[in-house]
Amino acid sequence: MDIDKRTQELASRLAYITDIFGPRENASVALLRHRLGEFLEQAPKLGMREISRQVARLEELFALLEGKLENELTPMDRVRIVRHPQRICLKDILENVYDNYTEIGGQDEWSIDPGIIIARATIARTMGKKTVHQSVMVIGQEKGHGQEFRNGGSIKPWGNANALYYMRVADTENIPIHTYVFTPGAYPVEDYPGAAQQIAKNLYVMAGLRVPIVSIFSEGGSGGAEAIALADRRLMLSHGYYSVISPEGAAAIEGGLKAKASPELIAQCAERLCITAEDNLRLGFIDRIVPEPPLGARPEHYEFFRLLRREVIRATDEIVHSVETLGPLRGMAIRRQGADADPQDIFVRWSLGQKAKRKLLQLRHDKFRAMSRSACRDNRSMSVRAYNVLESVLWVAHSALRHDFVDRYKRNLSGLLEGLEAEVRALRHGLGGTMSSLLGRTGVGGVRRMEMPPDALERLTRLSCPDEGTCRIEDVWVYVSPKSREDRTQTCPNSASHGCLDLWARDLYGEFAGVCSHCGHHFPMEFQWYLYNVFDYGQAYEFNRELESDNPLHYEGFDLKLDEAKSKTGLGCSCITFETFIEGVRTVVAVLVSPFRGGTVGAAEGEKIIRAAERAMLKRMPFIMYSHGTAGIRIQEGTCGVIQMPRVTMAVRQYIEAGGLYLVLYDTNSYAGPVASFLGCSPYQFAVRSSNIGFAGPGVIRETTGLDIPPQYHRASSALSRGHIQGIWDRRDIRKNLYQALLTMGGKNLYYR
Amino acid sequence: MLNVKEMLEEINASPYEEIQIKTPHTGVVEFVGLKPDDRVVGPTGKWHEIPGTLLANLTREKNKKPICATLKGSVMDLRSELEGQFVEAGERLLTIRHFLSKEEVIGRILKKALNLFIAPERAKYYFAPEIDAKIKAGGEQSVKLRDGMEMFIVSRMKRETPLAYSGPDGIIYAVYFQQGDNVDGGQPLIGVCPESQLSLIQDVVNRVQGEWEERD
Repeated sequence: MDIDKRTQELASRLAYITDIFGPRENASVALLRHRLGEFLEQAPKLGMREISRQVARLEELFALLEGKLENELTPMDRVRIVRHPQRICLKDILENVYDNYTEIGGQDEWSIDPGIIIARATIARTMGKKTVHQSVMVIGQEKGHGQEFRNGGSIKPWGNANALYYMRVADTENIPIHTYVFTPGAYPVEDYPGAAQQIAKNLYVMAGLRVPIVSIFSEGGSGGAEAIALADRRLMLSHGYYSVISPEGAAAIEGGLKAKASPELIAQCAERLCITAEDNLRLGFIDRIVPEPPLGARPEHYEFFRLLRREVIRATDEIVHSVETLGPLRGMAIRRQGADADPQDIFVRWSLGQKAKRKLLQLRHDKFRAMSRSACRDNRSMSVRAYNVLESVLWVAHSALRHDFVDRYKRNLSGLLEGLEAEVRALRHGLGGTMSSLLGRTGVGGVRRMEMPPDALERLTRLSCPDEGTCRIEDVWVYVSPKSREDRTQTCPNSASHGCLDLWARDLYGEFAGVCSHCGHHFPMEFQWYLYNVFDYGQAYEFNRELESDNPLHYEGFDLKLDEAKSKTGLGCSCITFETFIEGVRTVVAVLVSPFRGGTVGAAEGEKIIRAAERAMLKRMPFIMYSHGTAGIRIQEGTCGVIQMPRVTMAVRQYIEAGGLYLVLYDTNSYAGPVASFLGCSPYQFAVRSSNIGFAGPGVIRETTGLDIPPQYHRASSALSRGHIQGIWDRRDIRKNLYQALLTMGGKNLYYR
Repeated sequence: MLNVKEMLEEINASPYEEIQIKTPHTGVVEFVGLKPDDRVVGPTGKWHEIPGTLLANLTREKNKKPICATLKGSVMDLRSELEGQFVEAGERLLTIRHFLSKEEVIGRILKKALNLFIAPERAKYYFAPEIDAKIKAGGEQSVKLRDGMEMFIVSRMKRETPLAYSGPDGIIYAVYFQQGDNVDGGQPLIGVCPESQLSLIQDVVNRVQGEWEERD
C-alpha cells in the first residue's frame, strides 16, 4: 500500500514537471518519464523488496533532477508554476502558517467574492512559560486547487471593497495586516464600485492605514495585486511573478494581434518584462525573497510553511521595530538575527502607539517614494539640480513663514475682528430703534444691506463691450486645431440616431471646438487645444521638463519606439507639469498626453506627477490632473511602471491630507492603471463629454470574462450613472467650470482661501 | 370579416419585403464589388452594434460615408452605372430583397387581424384585479372586452391610476407586455380580436407555422 502511494506520488510529480515545462523537450524530463515508465512496466514481475529498492532509487533520481530542472526554469515556467492547481494557495497558508484562524464573510462559494479570503488569524508566541496569541488580519486571493468558483483569484470590485473594509477594521483594532497576493489580475467589470475605482480606493486607504502591513507575492498580476499589496514589507515567493501585465497580454499588444500570440512570443515577453522574484528584488520593488523548494511550493512542503511563518513574523517584527522603540537588547538581537534563526524567540508586541503610527506612515511613504527613481532619465545639469534643491528649501521657508506663521496670525486677527463686528451688529439689531439710530449716527455698521459697490454696479448695468462690436468671447480660441484647415466635412457618429447633419471641419474644429452643434458629441481634440485654451499654457511656467522616459528594463526595441514618440511629440514623456493661472487662481497642472505612447504612465510620468503634487503642497496651490488620454501603465517598463500606482497615489494622498484640492479631468479614453490609482482616488473627478473611462477595454473584458460589452459601456455618462465620476463638462466650459470648482471645492490649505 | 385565404395568397405571391437603399445626400458613389443576388446582412450583435454589410460608399466634400445594409436579404437591381458618379439625395442605389421569416408573416397577419391597444405613456402596466384573476383561471382568451371597461392599472412613480379599454369589443388574443416591467408609450399592450374570428386567426397562424418555408 505504501509502495502504491509512493509510486502514485512519483507519477504526480512527473505530471507536475511536464505541466511546468510545457511542450519544451527536456532531457531530464524525458529521463524521468522513461525511468518511471520502465519501473511501472516491470513492477508486476518484481518482488516487494526489489520494488521498494527501485522506488527509493526513483525518488532519489526525482529529487536530483528536480534540483537540476530548477536551474533551467525560464520566467514563463515560473508563470506556469504559480498558475498550477497544485501550487500552494491561501487556505494552505492559513492552515500551516497560522496557529488558528476564522474565515470572515465567506465559506467556499458562499461569499461576496469567493476569489478573496479574509480571515482573522493568530500566531502563538512564547515568552518564557507564557504564550501570547498575536492577532493578524489575513487578506488574500484564493485560487483554490482547481476550484472553478474561485475564478482563479481574479477579484471582482466588490471583493476588493470587502477587503478594504476589513483592512479598516484591522486599523481600528490596531492589529497587523498580512496580505497574500495570488491573482492574475482584477476582474475588469465596471459595475459599482467598479474595478478601477475600487483599486484606487484601496490604494488610497492603504496608504494611510496605521498598522503594519506585510505583503507576500506569489502571483502579482498588475492592478489586481496592487489592490492589496501596498505594504511596509513586501516579500516574494522565489517562484512567484510580479508583473504589469500577463505575458500573454503583453504578447498580444506587442504583436498587435487580436488573436492569441505564439508561445514563443509569450515566453519572450515574460523574459523581457523582468517579472521574477530576483528581478523585482534587484529593481527594489520587494524587500526579500522567500525561498521555495525546487520547482515551487506545493501543499505537502511543510518545511516551506515553517520558513514562511518565520518570514512573516520577522517582517512584522521589523516593521514594528522600525517605528517603535524596543528594549536595547531586543533591538540588537533582531538586528543580529540570522536568516535561519527563529524570530519567535524574541517577543515583539505588534500593536502600535500613536507616535509609532505616525512614523509608520512616514516610513511607508518614504519607502515608495524612493522606488523606481532611477528608472527615468533626469537631464538636469548639476547646477540646475542644486538650484532646484535651493529653490525647494526657500519655498519651504517661505511657506512656513507666510502660511504657517503670518497667515495664521492674520486669520486669527481677522477672525477676532469679524467676531467683534458681528457683536456690534447684533447689539444694534438686538437693542432696537434707539441704539440702532445712535449707532447709525456714529457710523458703526452704517452700510445699508442693499448698497452695492459702484464698480460692481457699473459692471452689472452697462452694456457688454459696447464699443467693440460683437462680444462673443466664448467662441474665440487661442489655439485652433490644424484639423480645421482641412476643406472637408465631418460626420457625427450619432448622425444615424440623432439626425446630425455633416459639419464643415472649419466650423467644427474651429469655432465649435470639436463639438457637434446638433447633438453635442465631442470629437477628440489635440492636447494643445486644452493647453492653450483652458490652461493658458503660453503664460504658464513648466517645470521638470528635463525628466524623460527611459527604458529601465532594456526592453528590446523599445528605445527606438521611445525616440520616435519623443521626436513626434517634442516631449520627453507623456506628462507635462506646469504652473498656471485659472481666472487669477494660481494652480499646478499635470497633463497626460495621449499622442506620446498612448499617454501611458511609466517611471518618468510618475515622478513628474509626484513632484507636481509636492510642489502644489509646498506652495499651497490646487492640483489639477488632466488626462487627455491614457492607455494605462507602460508595459515595457514592467514593474517600474506598475509601482507608480501606489507611489503616485501616496503622493496624492499626502497632498489631499495636507488640505489641498486634487481635481481630475478625463478626456478621450482613460483606462487601466492610472484610473485604478492616482486618477481614480480623487474625490473630485470630472469628464469631458463623450470621453471613455474604465479599467479594461471591451476586447480585454470579453477575453477575460466572456461577457459582451454594450457599446456605451465606458462612456462618461455610464461612469457618472455608476457614481465613478462627479460630473460631465462641456469642452467649451472647462475653464469656467474649473474656476467654479476652485472656488467651491478643496481643503483648507489653498492659499487663496 | 377576415379573408384568410386572400391574405395568405397575397403573402405567398410576394413573400418578401423590398428595401430600397437610397443615398442620404448628394455625393460620389463608390460600390464595393457587390453583384446581384449577393447575400447581405443587417446590423448584428447583441445590441445591433455591428453595422450591416457595406453596400457602397458615398463621398461628399472629402467625407467618405459608408452605406450599410439595414436588413438581411439579397441584392437586386444594383445600379452599377452610378459607380463613380455624382448623385443627388434620394437616388436609389440598389434594392435588398428580404424574405419574410415565419415570425414576420405571423406579425403581418396579426397586425391586420388584431386591434392593438397601445400604452399611452411610459409606465408599468398591470391588469385590473378582476381581469387578472380571469386570465389566471381561464387564460387570456377567457376575457371578453368591451369599450370603457376598466382594464389596466398604470403605475408610475408609485402613483397608480386605472386605464379603461377603448376599441372594438372582443377577446384578448395576445399580451405583449410583462406585468411589472416598464413599457414605453406607443408600444402595444394587448391584441384584441372579435370572438367570432378567434378560431380563424388561430387557424391561419397554425398554417403559417406549419407550412411557411424559411428562405434565409
